[in-house]
Amino acid sequence: MTNQENDLKVIVFQLVNKEYAVPVHNVQSIEKVMHITRVPGVPAYVRGVINLRGVVTPIIDLRKRFSLEEAEESEHTRIIIITVNGLEVGLVVDAANDVLDLSTDSIEPQPNVVGSIENDFISGVAKIDRRLLILLQLDKVLENAA
Amino acid sequence: MEMNQYLEVFIEESKDHLQNCNTQMLELEKNPADLSIVNEIFRSAHTLKGMSATMGYEDLASLTHHMENILDDIRNGKLSVTTAVMDALFSAVDDLEEMIASIASGGDGKKDVSRSLKMLEEILTGEPAAAAQASHSSVQYDEFERTVILQSLEQGYNAFEMTVSLREDCLLKAARVFMVFEVLEKIGEVIKSSPTVDQLEEENFDQQFCVTIASKEDSDFLEKSVMKVSEVDTVKVNEVNLEQEPSPAAEEAAVTLEAVKEVPEETKERETQKNTVSNKTIRVNIDRLDVLMNLFEELVIDRGRLEQISKELNHGELNETVERMSRISGDLQSIILTMRMVPVETVFNRFPRMIRQLARDLNKQINLEISGQDTELDRTVIDEIGDPLVHLLRNAIDHGVESPELRREKGKPEEGTIQLRAYHSGNHVFIEIEDDGAGISKDKVLNKALSRGIVTQEQAKAMTDTQIFELIMASGFSTAETISDISGRGVGLDVVKTTIESLGGSITIHSEEGQGSVFSVQLPLTLSIISVMLVEVEAEKFAIPLSSIIETAIVKNDEILHAHNQRVIDFRGKVVPLVFLNEVFDVEKGNDEEVHSVIIVRKGEKMAGLVVDSFIGQQEVVLKSLGDYLGDVFAISGATILGDGQVALIVDCNALIQ
Repeated sequence: MTNQENDLKVIVFQLVNKEYAVPVHNVQSIEKVMHITRVPGVPAYVRGVINLRGVVTPIIDLRKRFSLEEAEESEHTRIIIITVNGLEVGLVVDAANDVLDLSTDSIEPQPNVVGSIENDFISGVAKIDRRLLILLQLDKVLENAA
Repeated sequence: MEMNQYLEVFIEESKDHLQNCNTQMLELEKNPADLSIVNEIFRSAHTLKGMSATMGYEDLASLTHHMENILDDIRNGKLSVTTAVMDALFSAVDDLEEMIASIASGGDGKKDVSRSLKMLEEILTGEPAAAAQASHSSVQYDEFERTVILQSLEQGYNAFEMTVSLREDCLLKAARVFMVFEVLEKIGEVIKSSPTVDQLEEENFDQQFCVTIASKEDSDFLEKSVMKVSEVDTVKVNEVNLEQEPSPAAEEAAVTLEAVKEVPEETKERETQKNTVSNKTIRVNIDRLDVLMNLFEELVIDRGRLEQISKELNHGELNETVERMSRISGDLQSIILTMRMVPVETVFNRFPRMIRQLARDLNKQINLEISGQDTELDRTVIDEIGDPLVHLLRNAIDHGVESPELRREKGKPEEGTIQLRAYHSGNHVFIEIEDDGAGISKDKVLNKALSRGIVTQEQAKAMTDTQIFELIMASGFSTAETISDISGRGVGLDVVKTTIESLGGSITIHSEEGQGSVFSVQLPLTLSIISVMLVEVEAEKFAIPLSSIIETAIVKNDEILHAHNQRVIDFRGKVVPLVFLNEVFDVEKGNDEEVHSVIIVRKGEKMAGLVVDSFIGQQEVVLKSLGDYLGDVFAISGATILGDGQVALIVDCNALIQ
C-alpha cells in the first residue's frame, strides 16, 4: 500500500543475464534452495515440491519454463514464493537482487521484437536509470501446469 | 459494516435453527399432537425472526413471522397439523434456507417468498371457522386440547377455565394480560386462551378474556393469585367441562392425519434430558482448527527431528526431556484430532427431509430409521461423504423399495424401511444403508453387464455373488428400466465408488433377491494422519498407505514370470501382476538387481506387487495435498513431510491396480 497510487513496488530477480520484476504483493517470501522432491508425471518445468514450513509447495524452474539453458545451482540461487489467485508456487531464479519502487509511467508495453518464448509471459518493461526490468505476467507463468 | 463480525455467527446460528426446525417438523408430522415439538419449532423460528430483524433481513423476518403465526395457532389449538399445514411450513423453511444460503454467499438474502407466504396465509384464513368459534367466551376445545386436558386430569392436575375481566379504565391492557399470564405460568400450564395470545398482545379484545389452565392448585388460589395483578376487575374460575362435542376443526384433524397420538410422558422426559445433556461449548471457526492442525503437524515433524538428534547425541537429560515432549505432544495430537471429529449427525440430518420428498414424488411409503448418528468422523471425511450417501439413499428408494401395491402382493408391509446405520469398528467407521426392498437380481445384472460388454461370458461364469453385485458400480451400468430424475442414468454408483475410494474407504454390497440389499461403506477415522510404509526407489522416498498393504516379500529375478506382456509372480498360489515403481514414476534406474523387494497391495479383490528398492519402515505421517497448482497427479494421492524435513510422495495404490 503506497501512498502514491502510481507506484508499484517490485522484487527484482535475475535469470541468465536479464533482470525480471514481480509485484511485491504477489511475493510471500524468498527462500534459499532446499531439498526439492521430484513429482513424476508433471510438466518438465515443475521441479517438484518443497516443504515450506509445513506446506507442500510446488516449485517451477523459471529457466525451463522460459526454455532457457539450464544451469547449476549456485549460492545465489533462490526460490521466490509467490501467490497468484490463491495458488502458492515457488519460482527458482538465479538470484534475488533488489526491491524497487517503479512509477507506472516508466512501464512500457513489451516491444514486439524480442520474439522469444518468454514473450508470452511478459506484461511490460520498465527502464530505471540504465537497468531494464522485465515485468512478469504471473498468471501466465502459472498457466496449464497439470 | 460492524455487522460483519456478527454475520458469520448469524449465518451459523440460523443454519442451526433451520436444521432444528426441519428435524422437529418431521417429528411433528409423526406426532401431530406433541405440543412440546411445536414449542420447539416456535422457539427456533422466533429466535430466527429476532436475529434476522436485528441483522436487517426484513424478508427473512417477515416469513418467519408468518410461520410463527401458524405455529402459534397450532399451539393454541386453532389449527390442526395437517399435511397441507406441514407442506406450507416445509416450503417456508426451504425458502428460509435459500435466503440464508444467499446471505452466506454474500447476497442480500432477498427472495420472492410470495408462494410460501400465500400458502401460509391460505392456511391461516382457510380455517376461519375454528378461529371465530374459539374467540367466543364459551371455550371450545379441539381434539388435541381435549387430550391434553384429559391427560393433565389423569396426572392429578385440575383443569380450570378462568374468565378474567380487566377494569374499564385499564390503560395498558396487553401489559396486564402479560402479567396475568406470568402469574398463571408459575402455578400451572396454560393450555388455551381465547382470544389467542397474539390477539391479546395486540389488545384485540374488550375487557375480558378466557384462559384454560392445568394446575395442581385449587380454584381459590388461582383466583387470588390473578387478583393480585393490579387493574384486574374480576376473576371467575370454573372447572373445565369436557362434555362437549369436539369442534369441527378437531374432527378434520382426526381425518386428515392418522389417529392423534397421545403425548406420552416420555417426550417430556426426553425434553428434560435434552436440556441436561447440553454441555458447555464454544463455536470455533473451522479455519482456526485447520491452522491449529497445521501448526501441530509442524510440531510433529520437528518432534521427529528432535528425537533423531537426541538419539545421536545420547545425552541423558536431553533424552528425558525429548521423551517427555513426545508424550505430551502425543496427547495433544489425540486431543486435536478428536476436536476435528464431527458426528455424522451433521450429514444424516438432511436425509429425513429428502426421503420424505422422494417418497412422495415416487408414491412410495418409506420409513427411514437412523441409528448411530453420534458416531464421529474427521471433518474432511464428513465434508465429502454427504453426496455419496445421498446417491445411495436415492438408489435405495428408487430401485430398492417397491411400490406399495407390489409390496402388498409380495406379502410385505406397504411401508418400506430403510435403515441408515453408522458405527465404529477398529480404525474405521462403517455407514450402512439397508433396505427391505426388491434386492438385486443377479441374472439381470449379469445379462446387462454382458450386453454392455463390461464382462465376458467366461468371466461371468466364474464370478462370485459379491463380484456380481460390484458390477452395478461399474461405469456405464444402470439396471433401472426407466430413467427417472432420481437415478437410473448409470452415473451414480460409479461416482459413489470413486468418491469413497478417494477418501481411502471402500464399499461392499450384500443383497438377497426379494429381501433387500445392504450397501456398506467403510471409511477411515481420519484422513489427516495415516500409517504408511516408507520405501526407497533409488534415492527417492515414497510412502505407501498401510491400509492397502497385505504383506511384503522378496522376489528373485527368476521367480518373475511373463504373461501377456505383463510381469507377474506366483504369490501364495495367486497370480499377482508386478508394478515397477521406478518405471511408473520415471526414476532413473541404476544397475539391475538380482532380488527385488515387493509390497503386495490390494484394491478390493484385486492385488498387485509394487517393486521397490528397499523398505525403510513404518511411520505415522501427516497427509498433505499437493496443492491446487499441480492438481491430480497420476498414482500420487498426496504428500507428507518426513522427520528430516523432506517431502515424500504418497502412492495411490488404487490407481496402480487395474
